[in-house]
Amino acid sequence: MTSTQNIIAEAPEAAVVAARHESFVRLVLRRFLRHRLAVVGAVVVVLLCASALFANAVAPHDPTFLDTKHRFLAPFQDMGFLLGTDELGRDTLSRLLYGGRVSLAVGVVAMLTTVLSGLVVGLAAGYYGRWVDDLLMRFVDTMLCFPQVFLLLVVAAFVPPTLISISLIIGLTSWMEVARIVRGEILYLKEQDFVQAARALGAGGARIMFKELLPNAIAPVLVAATLKVATAVLMESYISYLGYGIQPPLASWGNMLTNAQGYFDTVPYLAILPGAMITLTVMSFNFLGDGLRDALDPRLRMD
Amino acid sequence: MAVDHRPLLQVEDLKVQFRLPTGILPAVDGIGFTLDRRETLGVVGESGSGKTVSSLALLRLLETPPAEISAGSVLFEGRDLLGLSETEISDVRGRSIAMIFQEPMTSLNPVMTVGYQIDEALMRHYGIPRREARARTLELLTLVGIPSPERNIDGYPHQLSGGMRQRVMIALALSCEPKILVADEPTTALDVTIQAQILDLMVGLQEKFDTSILLITHDLAVIAETAHRVAVMYAGRIVEAAPVATIFGAPRHPYTQGLLRSIPRIHRQRLDVLAEIPGGVPDLTRLPPGCAFAPRCPRADAHCRQERPMPVAVAPDHVVSCWKANDG
Ligand SMILES: Nc1ncnc2c1ncn2[C@@H]1O[C@H](COP(=O)(O)OP(=O)(O)O)[C@@H](O)[C@H]1O
Ligand SMILES: [Mg+2]
Repeated sequence: MTSTQNIIAEAPEAAVVAARHESFVRLVLRRFLRHRLAVVGAVVVVLLCASALFANAVAPHDPTFLDTKHRFLAPFQDMGFLLGTDELGRDTLSRLLYGGRVSLAVGVVAMLTTVLSGLVVGLAAGYYGRWVDDLLMRFVDTMLCFPQVFLLLVVAAFVPPTLISISLIIGLTSWMEVARIVRGEILYLKEQDFVQAARALGAGGARIMFKELLPNAIAPVLVAATLKVATAVLMESYISYLGYGIQPPLASWGNMLTNAQGYFDTVPYLAILPGAMITLTVMSFNFLGDGLRDALDPRLRMD
Repeated sequence: MAVDHRPLLQVEDLKVQFRLPTGILPAVDGIGFTLDRRETLGVVGESGSGKTVSSLALLRLLETPPAEISAGSVLFEGRDLLGLSETEISDVRGRSIAMIFQEPMTSLNPVMTVGYQIDEALMRHYGIPRREARARTLELLTLVGIPSPERNIDGYPHQLSGGMRQRVMIALALSCEPKILVADEPTTALDVTIQAQILDLMVGLQEKFDTSILLITHDLAVIAETAHRVAVMYAGRIVEAAPVATIFGAPRHPYTQGLLRSIPRIHRQRLDVLAEIPGGVPDLTRLPPGCAFAPRCPRADAHCRQERPMPVAVAPDHVVSCWKANDG
């Protein structure tokens, strides 16, 4: 074009355009902050992640150091061991911090695996439709026929339990729900005018998928991802209990809990403390997820 | 080199059908028209007459199945668009022929700023870096009359009014300076005052960019203001085509005449029900053997009901499909 001169006078309706130019992120944030439990959840999640990240700086002791002179100390009994010690004299606070690092790492890696697999399957099924959809959705149905714990144990029987393998196993047995969410979202989005408009302006398949469909499907995935961290943390403690989780001496909340079962009648706090951490984590992530769900309400996108 | 006398776009015998569980629905049944450079062809007809399906078929934007383009050709600069590969037709879309749609509220990607969306189109078609694209985007937004474009370029669609969004859509469609702009009911969803502004904008930009426009509408008032020639559609067929003055001054088809009689009353209202023509658009899966309009036509006789009228030129640029076209 040759000139920028405005050939049509600016529309009178210009005045109506809201002066408030709030970005999408700000809008979501504002709505999120109204949700009190979610804010509490977010704060706790941040604290948990920080304590896990900086466990080596915060922890008063080496979590694997056996101090046989101080076994079975109760919390606050000895200020050198703030939350007491276990049957081998290891400092519980340090083990909770390092165990949190492991449990949260499992949660996050499992969540990433879940989300990535779910996105790929859901996107392919929703976008390509027809036989691709049929095939993938039958696969999802089949996977859903088995209880997750059963799948976990079958795979765990063949794979040595490490942090990564456990995370992957949890992730690869729990992506089906995300795949369904993404597929549903893509099927809905595919019919939207702006996707049609993008095609009419020459956008190709990859562009449609990654620029038009995917960014608009992110909100529900984000919510699901948050909830998946909680489920994965819970799942890790579950399979620890069955003997396939993170192996000692590496601490995780799951194996601390499992370890404590032998002393539950005499020193219950050994079980209560990691149990409380798991509960706190799961609840916080769930509150966070609920808050995100409300803040990212789809009506927000189109209003 | 000889001057090219062929029209820019030449559609011949285009047929689109939907395979439905209830039967085959011939949504577009052998339409033909031409569009010259810098010309505006108005396509008018009640809703359900096949206007949208025809326009989507031009750029092969219909979902197939259920849709199927069963016959015809769409010659653009001598090339049949119906025979192109998916990659080739993608290059035509936006670059040579661009489209804008009825619903400005939902035609933009809700999670990207309007500037970003125009940048993307420019970068994709011209292979230029974003910084360069941004400068042109700003020019385009200014050109279509977006107020304080430096600020609104970073706005999200939901922050703009319907009229503003349609302006953005026009900027987006014209970003690659297409030869043809297909506008499917571009003002139907807008307030009457905004409608006039958008039409003025389109006419102004047409002169500036030398664009040809295929303007689809059910609103004859819109046609009167902007079109050079008019094609009247009914039940998937073009029943009458002529220059705009002829359509309004000396219409020959009873359907066109009925449409015109209903104008003053409806005055830019939705034309879903024609006060002057009793009945409604027929069920396309069960069309009568003769003229599709016969059941509603005041002049129909036995012949009309049995045999389908073919297009006849009653004047060099005036084609009518009606057995009674010469009866006055
Ligand atoms: N996706 C579709 N599936 C089935 N029938 C359709 C589809 N799209 C349009 N039709 C039918 O095609 C006919 C023409 O529709 P359309 O082109 O949208 O009309 P107009 O734009 O003139 O209002 C209508 O009878 C409509 O029901
Ligand atoms: Mg339509």
